Amino acid sequence: MQNSETILPPITERSGPLRWLRHNLFNTWGDALLTVASASLIYWLVKSLLIWAISTAEWDVIVANLRLFLIGQFPLEQVGRLWIALAFLVFLTGNSLAIWDRNSRLAAILILGLPVFLLFLPFAPQTRVWLGVLAATGILGWGLGYTAPQSLKRGVAVGWLIALPVFVLLTHGFTPAVEDVPGTALTVVPTNLWGGLLLTFLLTVVANIFSFPLGLLLALGRRSELSIIRWFSIGYIELVRGVPLITILFMAQLMLPLFVPGGIDIDRVLRAMVGMTLFSAAYLAENVRGGLQAIPKGQFEAAYALGLSGAKTMYFIILPQALRLIIPILVGQFISMFKDTALVAIVGLFDLLGIARTVLSQPEFIGLHREVYAFVSLFYWGLSYAMSYISQRLETSLGLGVR
Amino acid sequence: MSDNNSTIIAVRDVHKWYGHFHALKGINMEVSKGEVIVIFGPSGSGKSTFIRTINRLEEHQRGEIVVDGIELTHDVRNIETIRTETGMVFQQFNLFPHLTVMQNITLAPIQVRNWSKSQAEETALQLLKRVGIPEQAHKFPGQLSGGQQQRVAIARALAMQPKIMLFDEPTSALDPEMIREVLDVMVELAQSGMTMLVVTHEMGFARAVANRMFFFDQGQIVESGSPEDIFKAPKEERTKLFLSQILSH
Repeated sequence: MQNSETILPPITERSGPLRWLRHNLFNTWGDALLTVASASLIYWLVKSLLIWAISTAEWDVIVANLRLFLIGQFPLEQVGRLWIALAFLVFLTGNSLAIWDRNSRLAAILILGLPVFLLFLPFAPQTRVWLGVLAATGILGWGLGYTAPQSLKRGVAVGWLIALPVFVLLTHGFTPAVEDVPGTALTVVPTNLWGGLLLTFLLTVVANIFSFPLGLLLALGRRSELSIIRWFSIGYIELVRGVPLITILFMAQLMLPLFVPGGIDIDRVLRAMVGMTLFSAAYLAENVRGGLQAIPKGQFEAAYALGLSGAKTMYFIILPQALRLIIPILVGQFISMFKDTALVAIVGLFDLLGIARTVLSQPEFIGLHREVYAFVSLFYWGLSYAMSYISQRLETSLGLGVR
Repeated sequence: MSDNNSTIIAVRDVHKWYGHFHALKGINMEVSKGEVIVIFGPSGSGKSTFIRTINRLEEHQRGEIVVDGIELTHDVRNIETIRTETGMVFQQFNLFPHLTVMQNITLAPIQVRNWSKSQAEETALQLLKRVGIPEQAHKFPGQLSGGQQQRVAIARALAMQPKIMLFDEPTSALDPEMIREVLDVMVELAQSGMTMLVVTHEMGFARAVANRMFFFDQGQIVESGSPEDIFKAPKEERTKLFLSQILSH
């Protein structure tokens, strides 16, 4: 045996800000030159942007139209419904964060702290009351999830399952509107009044949720042994992937009415949702197929050898592994679908971008393109980044590394 | 075999082609209940292909395979029944990496045999004790050593209470020090009366528990007999040559 005293741990470099700088930024003359050049470029860019944002930009256009940007023409007296729907989502989010991501308090503080932060901005009193409600439900949900994680799991899952129907129902309402009679709490709000972030959000969620099972079926269909199913799947996927989304949206708006019998008027928002779902499903199918191909043949063989049927092998063995593998790709697709919703502005719907165009066409806001588009971009970026972040958390909590 | 009632696997004139490659050239074999059969031969001789035709992981194109009184045809129901009665252990373990050891073992009994979860878990725990790793039940396969994984794979196959166990080079992917622990489990299983077909080059195992041995070469059975015949007095030159190669070092 060697004397254990002679074995020393590796020498760890002393750290310090100066040492770090020298090591990472000024290691050689070339490095130093590059550091100085990029630092000045960044400084110049940020400085110009800040000067514009603080002194030149006229943000009044955003403040004056904030409601339009968020919910479009949605009637003011019905806005409470949207707040309640939002509160439901915030409650579920708080709950889920506490149950499945309890080690990362930072996420909880960031997400649940947002309504609290907004509370201190100079909004209308009524808005601030609702923001208070949001903050309270979020924190309540988090607290409940933190104290009783096991017993709540199933309830939260059911909650997420019904979240979309609840949200759509509250947005749409169900008692028909009658002229000259003040509406009830749940009077129907026709979809042509839906707009802004609300419409963007609904388009994204609906297209992504419904394209998922459809894409899954297409991916399985493409591997099917029945040639008619296989050829249909291949035909559908290749056809849709060969056409730009904007074309499909135009077809949904202009050509769909030719195919449905007269008298039946399909809602324009619904048409856009259907078009986007069908488009997204084709891409999703190919992503899922990629995941399926990554599963070794031995996994199929082991399952078959145990007597599992083809369907059960898919459901219990292959799909869980394949879908986990493609989470990053799926999230990438969800994000790109979210940004693609902006195309509906071209077919005349008032999503976030559509509203931006409407605002800019008003005489008093002419020439304020920079402010409006900067604001809209910030929204798109924030939400995309949030989705990306959630996917990273999802990957860790699903234990992708365990193999 | 003399006693027809005890025959559990009957293979008659089985042929298999991969494209133009003739992988199996007329294999005949009858296996009785409780027999331990060792199949050996050079790589590419068709021994793995043969063992995989018995539970239809490979399809044979000519001849007849009858397992436990059921003939293997294109009928999916027959195939699934035979697979339910036949356990298989693979060279690469093929455990399901997204499921725990316990879930790996209980999945098929619950989904195919319709056992209750508690019944399946109880059986699984007994099997894990039998293969010597009850404490690993809630780990994932990736956290286990190769030898432990292969023992889980054996427990997973046994959980279906099969009448026949097929082993396709079960120790070939293992580090030398782990081969022993897997072979011990297999010897115990052989002594308990299980019908086993084992493709392996572990001649110590063959000598200890095999009833008969089959030497495969180029898609044919070159020679068969008891371990004593094969080791002490091989008739064919090719058998002698092969044995001298694998036993020399």
